[in-house]
Amino acid sequence: MSKFRIAVHITPRKGLLDPQGKAVTDALHTLGFSEVKNVHVGRYIIIETDAYDAIAAEEAVTEMCEKLLANPVTEDFEIESAVPA
Amino acid sequence: MKFGIVTFPGSNCDYDAYHAVTEILGEEAVYLWHKDHDLRGSDVIILPGGFSYGDYLRAGAIARFSPIMQEVVAHASSGAPVICICNGFQIACEAGLLPGALMRNSHLQFVSAQVRVRVENSGTIFTNLYETNEVLRIPVAHGEGRYVASDDVLDALENDARVIFRYADAKGNISADANPNGSERNIAGIISEGGNVLGMMPHPERACSPLVGSSDGVRLFESILARVAA
Repeated sequence: MSKFRIAVHITPRKGLLDPQGKAVTDALHTLGFSEVKNVHVGRYIIIETDAYDAIAAEEAVTEMCEKLLANPVTEDFEIESAVPA
Repeated sequence: MKFGIVTFPGSNCDYDAYHAVTEILGEEAVYLWHKDHDLRGSDVIILPGGFSYGDYLRAGAIARFSPIMQEVVAHASSGAPVICICNGFQIACEAGLLPGALMRNSHLQFVSAQVRVRVENSGTIFTNLYETNEVLRIPVAHGEGRYVASDDVLDALENDARVIFRYADAKGNISADANPNGSERNIAGIISEGGNVLGMMPHPERACSPLVGSSDGVRLFESILARVAA
């Protein structure tokens, strides 16, 4: 077993109303960043885990996302490549 | 009849539910600790409101994995009644007892207010003492109460008469103005496919006495007694 570090990005499902992203977009417009089209606010999770190899670590984290870290009804997730920790 | 009220770390409506059951209904109630595996002979389970586990990750996401939830899911699978109020509704959706999810209110603000809901189906074990289309006054208090689901799921809920309460105005009209959180199709409460699990954001246990502004919630609990006793 080796130690790995994996980052996960969780974002609101595209097409669903994202009031938080809309509020931040409006605030940025108020600040003068009128070129901003859209903002989506999500979560960034860093997982440090033991695994046999990087592939096994990524598979485990994918399962964690499906079962707990992301809501399958309202959120999408992307995991970054595992890096040795 | 015995009601089991689950206490998670962060639950805060368990005492209100206990009061409604024992003082208003005159039935027996027990608190069930989230770490236990025993429903202690409860006939009806209540998942109360609050902020279980501080709403960490997502509201209800962690509570779903509490030991007691295995027993609650088994209880629900056996067809026995489960009432999931506010945070309880969020937990039930996370646990897959009910479809959909509760998201941040569309206006981003916590809403604590008396609202009105229209009874959409009085043929359930939770609503048989109400009239269909009757308008009830029941309070809400939540930051994440916007009900969302895919259009297919929403259509199925409506076609199967599983939408039980909708936010409405005093005359029973369903409008955006009457919707306190931006819920899809003004949905305030739904039941499971088997009809024995109720999820709702409004708090019927806080509408059980004229002293607190409304006693429209009493008949929800009485409906269960009436149906099970029948």
